[in-house]
Amino acid sequence: MMKTLTVRYFAMFRENAGKGEEVVHIEADTAADVFNQLRDRHASSEPLGHCKVAINDEMVSWDNPVTDGDVVLLFPPVAGG
Amino acid sequence: MMQMIESVILPDLLRAGLLDDAAGAYASFEGWIRNHNEGQEVHRLEYEAYAPLAITEGERVIAEALAKFPVLHAHCVHRSGLLEIGECAVWVGVSAAHRDAAFDACRYIIDEVKIRLPIWKKEHYVNGDSGWVNCERCAAHA
Repeated sequence: MMKTLTVRYFAMFRENAGKGEEVVHIEADTAADVFNQLRDRHASSEPLGHCKVAINDEMVSWDNPVTDGDVVLLFPPVAGG
Repeated sequence: MMQMIESVILPDLLRAGLLDDAAGAYASFEGWIRNHNEGQEVHRLEYEAYAPLAITEGERVIAEALAKFPVLHAHCVHRSGLLEIGECAVWVGVSAAHRDAAFDACRYIIDEVKIRLPIWKKEHYVNGDSGWVNCERCAAHA
């Protein structure tokens, strides 16, 4: 089913996408679907498992479902400290 | 307590916040900006964070440390923005009755902070190039 989602990109994903945020209309059931379908935007060469995702400001796993209106945050591999 | 700040970290002031008459030990960790990484000369470092979740996840890490080890107080502060060589990027402080718990909790907090918080760093090299740092351990953990 088509969903309207707000997707936010961070760090190298933002630079690759050329924008920090966009509204997308995609067929996606899970957070992983969103990541995979937007590969041409974030251009990640990283395996999914190296990245993280949050939905509506909650860290979730990649198999978490997405629903219409969600804000999906795509995080490249983190490197704090 | 977990804090994300853009101003200079002042360890002495932060240490004072952990004082407790019941504490016989204090352990701290400071992560500094070094002038090289993987064979490249580093000019300075830029930290990007998604602060709302960095704080939430950092608070979770600290709560875990307080539950796992017999410590009294624990506090972590992480910088964001542009940092110069020698600056403190992250500080962790723990006070406890005894040193083993203070060391263990301090180590636990910095290790988890590095792999779980949505924080990224971009190195700016002396030769003018720049690049996002890919934490190998973080990838291994994920």
